[in-house]
Amino acid sequence: MNNITKNRIKDKLFRIWGIACTLVGLVLLAIFIGSILIDGLQRIDWSFITSLPSRKAERAGIFTALMGSVWILVLTTIIALPVGIAAAIYLEEYAKKGRLSNLLEINISNLAGVPSIIYGLLGLEVFVRIMQMGASVLAGSFTLALLILPIVIVSTREAIKAVPKSLRDASFALGASKWQTVSMQLLPASFGGILTGVILALSRAVGETAPLIVIGALAYVPFAPSSPMDEFSVMPIQIFNWISRPQHGFDVNAAAAIIILLLITFIMNGIAVYFRNRWQKKFK
Amino acid sequence: MSKKETESVIDPAIKRKQKLEATNIRVFYDDFEAIKGIDMTIKANKVTAFIGPSGCGKSTFLRLFNRMNDYVDGFRLEGEITIDGKNIYKKKVNVEQLRKQVGMVFQKPNPFPKSIFENVAYGLRIQGIKDKKFLQEKVEDSLKQVALWDEVKDDLNKNALTLSGGQQQRLCIARTLAVEPSIILMDEPTSALDPISTAKIEELIFELKNKYTIIIVTHNMQQAARVSDQTAFFYMGELIEFDNTKKLFTNPAKKQTENYITGRFG
Repeated sequence: MNNITKNRIKDKLFRIWGIACTLVGLVLLAIFIGSILIDGLQRIDWSFITSLPSRKAERAGIFTALMGSVWILVLTTIIALPVGIAAAIYLEEYAKKGRLSNLLEINISNLAGVPSIIYGLLGLEVFVRIMQMGASVLAGSFTLALLILPIVIVSTREAIKAVPKSLRDASFALGASKWQTVSMQLLPASFGGILTGVILALSRAVGETAPLIVIGALAYVPFAPSSPMDEFSVMPIQIFNWISRPQHGFDVNAAAAIIILLLITFIMNGIAVYFRNRWQKKFK
Repeated sequence: MSKKETESVIDPAIKRKQKLEATNIRVFYDDFEAIKGIDMTIKANKVTAFIGPSGCGKSTFLRLFNRMNDYVDGFRLEGEITIDGKNIYKKKVNVEQLRKQVGMVFQKPNPFPKSIFENVAYGLRIQGIKDKKFLQEKVEDSLKQVALWDEVKDDLNKNALTLSGGQQQRLCIARTLAVEPSIILMDEPTSALDPISTAKIEELIFELKNKYTIIIVTHNMQQAARVSDQTAFFYMGELIEFDNTKKLFTNPAKKQTENYITGRFG
């Protein structure tokens, strides 16, 4: 056997191995989604979405948890977005490159890897106790905002970094100040990229359970929150609660709720992909 | 040409115009010395060309005049650069103001991803000018100066990125003219363009020198010979020769210059 055929065989083997590896993840996910769909799809109707929680599985709905998730999502966005984007702009455009900014950079990346339950403990101490927000939507939102802040900062920085240097040069050379360049050129140009990062971060936040359980979010709330200071539940906690019950009917409910939660994250990711593609087209 | 040259310097009208002076300039990027002690006086309302092989420091030197090197990490300057006798690297100098006075055109056309109109209006908008009529007049006037008006007057709202490379570069020059600088720096403005677009830009440079002081960095020696009045030859961070363009190209004083312009290296 000569070298060329040997290499070709190696090439082929690696291709098969690669396909197998790719399939493992996909197949598992497909099996999971399939079984969830089989279990839960028949349970999903309008009343499932609009009903309050109940002791009877067939009457219970996800309304309060869904509304809790929506509240959390909106408040988390309002808190994390301005802070994260401002921090990213500072680090990328204003901060002097040096040891301090390197240190900050490394730490922000590290924060993105901290287990979410640690954020829950931090939120419990700072927001729930010291700032006396109680187990409210607001406390939950602040906690999740902290959790996604590193992701928002890192992805915003990447988006700003991707703006061609020539655009910056052009703006500065015409006498623009730093802030004018940032607000009139860099932010519009990196808008799509920033949005993509933010949406991906938020779709992580919407699936978080642990930190919210730690700060005291409830599994059972009779009403959807009507102000930031209300108690709340969210979808993942509702799912967790239902799964841990013995009656079979709640398993079905959990499956149905999972489908809706997955749908929410898929839609959010879809929007993120859409904006990324549109933005890329505009600049190439 | 050289006779006219000496006359024009005495011309009182031109004397009032801004003169650029660089004294004992050294530029460092961290430990690397990019410019090794250069003195130069650039005359007003003339075209001055900087030539030299890649990495010789000509672009770095050009960017000193509108402080575009300030953003480069590790940049450090020794020496003095004055415009009209004022040191532009003094602490209290308003850099934004300086750049309105010293415009710049880059190697690759870099229009903003906005409409043609907004590209030209940008420099005025950032000064806080909102008067629509004034902006319109200014945009039209600037586009006419670069002979682009007739080509784009019907689609001023079109994205500037849809223009051809040559049109984009003329748009970038129009954008620079709109803020009424007195000095224009050009960093290899035609190196990304085809010969026809290049010819148009060169023609434009020729017209612009009546009103502006122009410094152009170029790799193209024919271009330097065609458009400039004065030429500076840089090599390894040093100014080897600076003279009347005609003299430098026909009778260079230094052997290195001769070797370079005859194509023996570079």
